[in-house]
Amino acid sequence: MNLLLLADGRFPAGGHAHSGGVETAVATGAVTGIGSLEEFLLGRLATTGLVSAGLAAAACTLRHPWAALDAEADARTPSPALREVSRRQGRQLLRTARALWPGSVLEGLAVSNPSPHHPVALGAASEAAGLEPLEAARAAVFNAVTGPASAAVRLLGIDPVSVHRLLAKMGPDMDDAAHLGARASDGPPAELPCPGSVLLDLFAQQHAESEMRLFAS
Amino acid sequence: MKSRSRIGATFTDGHTRLNCLRSSAPISVRQTPDGVYLVGTAAGPLGGDDLLLEIEVEAGARLVVRSAAASLALPGNTGLPSTVTVQAHVGAGGSLWWLPEPVIAGGGCDHRIHNRITLDPGASVVWRDELILGRRGEEPGRVRSRIDVTLGGAPLLRNELRVGAGAPGWDGPAVLGDAGAVGSLLVTGPQVGGPQVGGPQEPSPHLAGPEANGDRASARGGGRSGVMSLGAGAAVLPLSGPGVLVEALGSDAIHLRGLLDRALAYLGAGVVR
Repeated sequence: MNLLLLADGRFPAGGHAHSGGVETAVATGAVTGIGSLEEFLLGRLATTGLVSAGLAAAACTLRHPWAALDAEADARTPSPALREVSRRQGRQLLRTARALWPGSVLEGLAVSNPSPHHPVALGAASEAAGLEPLEAARAAVFNAVTGPASAAVRLLGIDPVSVHRLLAKMGPDMDDAAHLGARASDGPPAELPCPGSVLLDLFAQQHAESEMRLFAS
Repeated sequence: MKSRSRIGATFTDGHTRLNCLRSSAPISVRQTPDGVYLVGTAAGPLGGDDLLLEIEVEAGARLVVRSAAASLALPGNTGLPSTVTVQAHVGAGGSLWWLPEPVIAGGGCDHRIHNRITLDPGASVVWRDELILGRRGEEPGRVRSRIDVTLGGAPLLRNELRVGAGAPGWDGPAVLGDAGAVGSLLVTGPQVGGPQVGGPQEPSPHLAGPEANGDRASARGGGRSGVMSLGAGAAVLPLSGPGVLVEALGSDAIHLRGLLDRALAYLGAGVVR
């Protein structure tokens, strides 16, 4: 049940305010409908989603110092706009999770850094909620894909059923990414996956400079 | 083909001296007044090739590495991937400029690139990577290109580019779109950064300790508050640590080089050479 709570878009961690790059992708004509949305979400899952899965699973193992994981997240996030988004969401997630699952794990993270990167906060919250690293990775990929998907429903005015059919179709891909991330969390943090996405970095910088926007990122 | 080449630069009596130039086919390393050139003496890299280049720039030394021509990754007859690994170490006060010609991902290739760059505090690097996505009218094969940069033992940049089979959405609207060429330029060193690049700098966790992390990151780094913009096809990204990464997408090799040359002229100006 705690996994469902953590992954739910209604979990008070501010996720609903972020489009994960979809807003700029729509504004620039890169995403225009369900077909290009699918390509967008597959690319996001294979890059940001996999990076988040590895970091969240590694955080959930409690085997690494928080500062080390935070530095690995920084090194995998060259965009300053995306680093800020990640830390803002991490801070909100950590605040909520501390109220739900108080204990030494989340207190320790808050002392190390009150604004951790989102995947690190998610992994720590998962552990505090009694979840396994693979479940933390599942929550991470679910977040990485469903957030932008619901933003696309609002931005494109497309049929929510068709978007959810797409999410159901991507289920096996999301599972694969979660398993890859969880498997990598057995090794040293330096070896965690680091696939980047140039367009998401470009979109994030453009979005941060844009005056007209509905979403915070 | 398996090969191991090596370039070593040392600093004595106020001058850089190349104390090691070891060529191993199919890579030949040659000293010129313009830097050390990598010359491919065979086609490829081809599937099954495992090529290693080691670069050692000792404290205070300066080294420029270029290549004579683009390299074309192609499948071999072994079914194995081709691998090119560059392991570079730069000592304090040393500088390394890595400015080779692009790698072309030929049809059907399965090519791995791994750049491992280890920097001592006070080292400078200008590192350019360019990947051309197929020859004209050709779909590229499979490429995995990873860069790992550590500075004083702490991670500065870890980034992998995945192209082709096994990389879902790589040519879609979240990753590379319809670009024909993708590249990056990393510039790091004690002279890099400051207010002229990307506006207000984030506090560096490597310099200021973990408590410096937090909400003070600048969302507008490289943007409106900075003085440098390369247009929609490129982003200037001040890293969390001391350094700037430029990511660029071009319609072709010439377009990409134009974007990265502008970035290089601007960002490279502060790095000793």
